[in-house]
Amino acid sequence: MSAGQANRFGFVINPSRLIDYDTSDRKVREYITLREPSFTLCFACGGCAATCTAGQHTSFNLRRMNTYIRRGEIEPLREEVTRCMLCGKCLLVCPRGVNTRNVVSLAAEAIRKLERNEL
Amino acid sequence: MKSTQLHIMVAGGGVAGMEAAGTLAEMGYRVTLVEKGDEPGGHLLQWHALFPDRRPAEEVRSYLRKRIEHRNISIITKTTVEKIRHHISGLEVNLSGGTSEKADAVIVSTGFDLFDASRKEEYGYGIYDNVITSAELEVMFNRGRVAKADGTVPSRIGLIHCVGSRDEKVNNNHCSKVCCVTAVKQAIEIRKMLPSCEVFCFYMDMRMYGPYYEELYRESQEFYNVNFIRGKVSEASVNINNRLVIKVEDTLAGRPLKMELDIMVLMAGMEMAASGMKLAEASGMKRGINRFLETTDHHYGNNLSGIKGVFYAGTCTAPMNITDTISHARAAVAETVRYLNGR
Repeated sequence: MSAGQANRFGFVINPSRLIDYDTSDRKVREYITLREPSFTLCFACGGCAATCTAGQHTSFNLRRMNTYIRRGEIEPLREEVTRCMLCGKCLLVCPRGVNTRNVVSLAAEAIRKLERNEL
Repeated sequence: MKSTQLHIMVAGGGVAGMEAAGTLAEMGYRVTLVEKGDEPGGHLLQWHALFPDRRPAEEVRSYLRKRIEHRNISIITKTTVEKIRHHISGLEVNLSGGTSEKADAVIVSTGFDLFDASRKEEYGYGIYDNVITSAELEVMFNRGRVAKADGTVPSRIGLIHCVGSRDEKVNNNHCSKVCCVTAVKQAIEIRKMLPSCEVFCFYMDMRMYGPYYEELYRESQEFYNVNFIRGKVSEASVNINNRLVIKVEDTLAGRPLKMELDIMVLMAGMEMAASGMKLAEASGMKRGINRFLETTDHHYGNNLSGIKGVFYAGTCTAPMNITDTISHARAAVAETVRYLNGR
């Protein structure tokens, strides 16, 4: 029985929503930070997400993605990274000079490597 | 040497320069206050009311005016200090217009320039009629009427924090410190003046660092229904109804947000004054990476230029509010007197 389904006793066990920082996987963060050090400069203003065309119609949100990567929350990224069209409008907005487009490319690359056990 | 025989030049007649000149004169020194505008007062001259208590700016203006009404002070207006150089008998100060004066010490108080909001092109200042700066809103308060360019009453106003501050794209990584609390103050004033007008503050972080600032923030929520949205506005445009439309991420909701506004107020930040930069270039005064004048030590030397007889007061060293500017000016006087006594 999977978590979140009612069992025959009629109660529900929801999966934990905790960000468990002690067991989370920060390899993707290390992979990106090493190759694009400006990644660390984000102060979560959301300028990128405001201007993002993909974000108007999908759940793609670069500001949130940056936070997920920093916290080692990899699962939500797998879908997210595929939605960016790499147009680079976020680059023009970012007040901290983060090379946002490269961050998305590297995140996608890191996830591919993760899936092939190369990370 | 008796203080009455010593002459101190003060470069810049804003809040810092006026307070420094007044304090020195009171102590018996002969002071020349040089101001580039028509009269001393600086940016405060256009301001309507001050944070955090919204007292009339005129109260502080009149305090400062009285401060410089002293027989030891001569005031030179419409003039800038162009260069400070060492001379056998002290310092020689070159003024615009070609004259020069000898001085025993100089206090530099050239202040700040307001960020030119048209440099953030995506906000449309100078392009769209109803995009104004925080300073222009103060002028509206002075006139007693907040209105759109066509004279009609606005039903929604947005205040955009951090315009020209904390923004690498305009080469200003620094925080201008006073804009957050100014926005909250102005939001309250709009709500008092126009109770049916909605007000939204778009912020990245609320920096309520001073005494009673946080209380003012709370008051704006508790009694004035000011709305706060956490996100940096990425761009503004105008729709077919000639209303401004802004795009922002509501970062707390995690979704992009669009909003129509009647007036967009840009909270323009502080930059090192152009006149101060010119003086610094000519006189060998060091500047930091944020372009403000660099002092010898951030903690215990923040009035010291590192040049003999030259001291700094106020926002030529960093953004600061009026309270801190006045304290900084008095500290500059203390350093100046210490230097003169020790010669």
